[in-house]
Amino acid sequence: MSASTAVRKPRQRVGDRVFSNLTRLAGLAILVALAAVAIFLTLQGLPAFSAPSDKLGGAANLATYVLPLVFGTLLAAVLALLIATPLALGVALVISHYAPPRLARPLGYLVDLLAAVPSVVYGLWGLAFVSVRLTPAYAWLEQHLGWIPLFGGPASTTGRTILTASIVLAIMVMPIITAITREIFLQTPTLNEEAALALGATRWEMIRLAVLPYARSGIVSAVMLGLGRALGETMAVAMVLSASGVVTFDLISNTNPSTIAANIALKFPDSTGVAVNALVASGLVLFVITFVVNFAARWVVARSERTQA
Amino acid sequence: MAKSIDVSDLNIYYGDFLAVEGVTMTIPSRSVTALIGPSGCGKSTFLRSLNRMHEVIPGARVEGKIVIDGQDLYGSEVDPVEVRRQIGMVFQRPNPFPTMSIYDNVLAGSRLNSKRLPKDRADEIVERSLTSANLWVEVKDRLNKPGQGLSGGQQQRLCIARAIAVEPQVLLMDEPCSALDPISTSAIEDLIHELKSDYTIVIVTHNMQQAARVSEDTAFFNLAGAGKPGNLVEMNPTRKIFSNPEEKATEAYISGRFG
Amino acid sequence: MTGPLKSTPRATEATPMPRTTSAQTRFPQAPRPERGAGTGRHLSFGQPHLPWWAGWLVAAVSAAAAALLSLTLGWNIAGGAVVAVVLFAIALPTWSVLVESSRAAKDRLVTTLVWAAFAIALVPLVSLMYTVLANGLGVINGQFLTYSMRNVIGQGGGIYHAIIGTVLITLAATLISVPVGLLSAIYLVEYGVRNRTARTITFLVDVMTGIPSIVAGLFAYALFALFFGQGVRMGFGGAVALSLLMIPIVVRSCEEMLKLVPGDLREASYALGVPKWRTIVKVVLPTALPGIITGVTLAIARVIGETAPLLVIAGSTDSVNTNLFAERMMTLPVFIYYSFTQPGVPAQFGQDRAWGAALVLIVIVMALNLVARAIGRTFSPKTAR
Repeated sequence: MSASTAVRKPRQRVGDRVFSNLTRLAGLAILVALAAVAIFLTLQGLPAFSAPSDKLGGAANLATYVLPLVFGTLLAAVLALLIATPLALGVALVISHYAPPRLARPLGYLVDLLAAVPSVVYGLWGLAFVSVRLTPAYAWLEQHLGWIPLFGGPASTTGRTILTASIVLAIMVMPIITAITREIFLQTPTLNEEAALALGATRWEMIRLAVLPYARSGIVSAVMLGLGRALGETMAVAMVLSASGVVTFDLISNTNPSTIAANIALKFPDSTGVAVNALVASGLVLFVITFVVNFAARWVVARSERTQA
Repeated sequence: MAKSIDVSDLNIYYGDFLAVEGVTMTIPSRSVTALIGPSGCGKSTFLRSLNRMHEVIPGARVEGKIVIDGQDLYGSEVDPVEVRRQIGMVFQRPNPFPTMSIYDNVLAGSRLNSKRLPKDRADEIVERSLTSANLWVEVKDRLNKPGQGLSGGQQQRLCIARAIAVEPQVLLMDEPCSALDPISTSAIEDLIHELKSDYTIVIVTHNMQQAARVSEDTAFFNLAGAGKPGNLVEMNPTRKIFSNPEEKATEAYISGRFG
Repeated sequence: MTGPLKSTPRATEATPMPRTTSAQTRFPQAPRPERGAGTGRHLSFGQPHLPWWAGWLVAAVSAAAAALLSLTLGWNIAGGAVVAVVLFAIALPTWSVLVESSRAAKDRLVTTLVWAAFAIALVPLVSLMYTVLANGLGVINGQFLTYSMRNVIGQGGGIYHAIIGTVLITLAATLISVPVGLLSAIYLVEYGVRNRTARTITFLVDVMTGIPSIVAGLFAYALFALFFGQGVRMGFGGAVALSLLMIPIVVRSCEEMLKLVPGDLREASYALGVPKWRTIVKVVLPTALPGIITGVTLAIARVIGETAPLLVIAGSTDSVNTNLFAERMMTLPVFIYYSFTQPGVPAQFGQDRAWGAALVLIVIVMALNLVARAIGRTFSPKTAR
């Protein structure tokens, strides 16, 4: 009896051992790849720390080279989210609670369609259509709201401003936020909704009392995932924005801050030597920023899943 | 081909949790043994330990001995996969493979193990297994149709055909009729009657009438209390259990006073 | 209480995801100004209520007022539409406050805002599709699809070289991503249940979905520069960058699909004396196959339009290059970018080609999406519950 109390591990067959190790290897390869991204970017980025200023577009050192880009990246992404979040929540509510059931599904597809459009096409459309159409609006903003520093001007005559870039970015991240939030809205326990309605709540009060509190952490993480996407989006910004790399809160002028991603896309093809290393170093900074944002977003999700479980 | 099973001092654990404690019994060959008892008393767990299926759940392990044909099922050199080839199992819900035809479902045991069978041999196995499962007449014209197109009762008989196609020594049935209508249930019970001349059959059932109808021997499992492990209360010929049980608990359960 | 609590069951299949949500209930008694039909039968327990046509009336009046203003002040259609919506959003709640209550008014205001948000969100979709179609449709012809840009100045030429490059690079990326992604998903679902490695992988795969595409391109460049020196350009590098973006998508969708395979089937297979690995290969994978194909197709659709990483590592050329391991390779997205931003002189022809290529790219992406959904719907596992 005593001999048999030891935990008896089932003997594994060769096929099982080989196959399970193969799958584990594939899983570990993903971890290795992620680590490799950080390592190789660091390796290629290191020489930029001692780069001469003429290789850094005139900046004295790497920090003064990257920081304005970080500013532009954050500005464009935050603006985009300010525009996209209310829209996305509205769209998600339409699909989950307002649209007639028969319409909800096709409407969902329509929004998914927006997510499927390649970013370079958004860039094309933003450059050839949106910026042109917005030019008169910018002139109007400068004329009537010029006293607000955001619209100080002088208004861009091409419309290729940071605000245009943010609008295009907003359209690109909106479907992502919508997709996640509408899933969560649809998962709101029916009982809670019915309870609110049975108390005589209007539809909006029901949403405010039952749906939004339930979905809060989901909304937060969806917005942060959207932020991650907006921070890293390259082509739309590179094509739409007429960037000069300044630090300014003026949203409608000719001189605009650039973003890390757009700066890489614009400069990389024609760069050589240490300039390339500097671009890679700025890419590393972008990687770290988006990693932190995504990490935080997933952490919020994981935590709320734990508390709900 | 049928063999008897000797179980001695069997404890079954999930991790640190002792699910079934101290089972000792002999399951006779070429007969039907029914396992009855209230929910959670460990009768299904015990059944699954008989072909090491409970090991599918991580952390599951046993202490004690299950000997069949002189071999300990849990001996260190025993391969659980081989055990399952010898001891077949039919589940609560019919589960034919959705990607396979009726024909391939019957042959799944050898097909999935990539055994090559000559065509005439394969045909023979399919016909023999389906005939034994009382399904041949109903499906012989649509062997290439998917198994999931059959009715629930037919699917369950297909699963029995699939289990006996690999010619096991023992057939374990885990509440095989609980998802079926009365007519299909009766068909399966008839089938069990026919199969016991060739196989050692162990069946878990919640339905005491069913146990009385199909089995030669009955084992009653019970829980000493909530959170306590399940244990074997009494095992006797079915007739005795249902007319004159030795234990008070058995009588209480059978007469419907609890459970 | 404003009306009868009459509930009708409501299908909640607004999403293409396989996950099912609990049936929801809809309550038609809530004020719904923009949809008149069906609200006429509400009971009113002595509380005043706007007539069902109130929404339509206000909408008509707002539109008329906005149109009048636009005509007299010379605004364009967009300006008029904005004014109309603003008028509606002010007028209807105001009327509601006067007749009904502030709560009903707030509800009407939110309803208006939510639908307005939806309408605004659809504007770019329609506008983008229209712009691309209007500019691109005239460009596409046989020559455009079968000629490269080699030695082309001004008019003529085509996107053959870009199509070839896109197909080859995407194919290579798929060949890298699918084995790694599928095997990882198998590890997560079948072997790594509840262990720490699996949890770490799941978490990092989630984080990995957020890697900016340009960073993936830089990674591929940094990796290949180590072996081939600075300034390296090759199609295979693009494939590596794309697979870095594709693997997490493949893992997630395969994981979902494998989880949908009922445990019953695995048990049935084990009980027949089939080892675990054969069970996975011969029972689990075939059952999940349609879903896996759908997921992989969607993943391809996602990366086939990626520009930034290819700009960095695959580069740009005017000629056909079928060798993934040497020299620059043109792809459709990069072609669109360069044709439009550096169209040459005169700019007209280059920009036309960009629009044509954009239309081709959109058609490819949409076709992949449709195919994926068709596969998913036709072969959806009937065992999924």
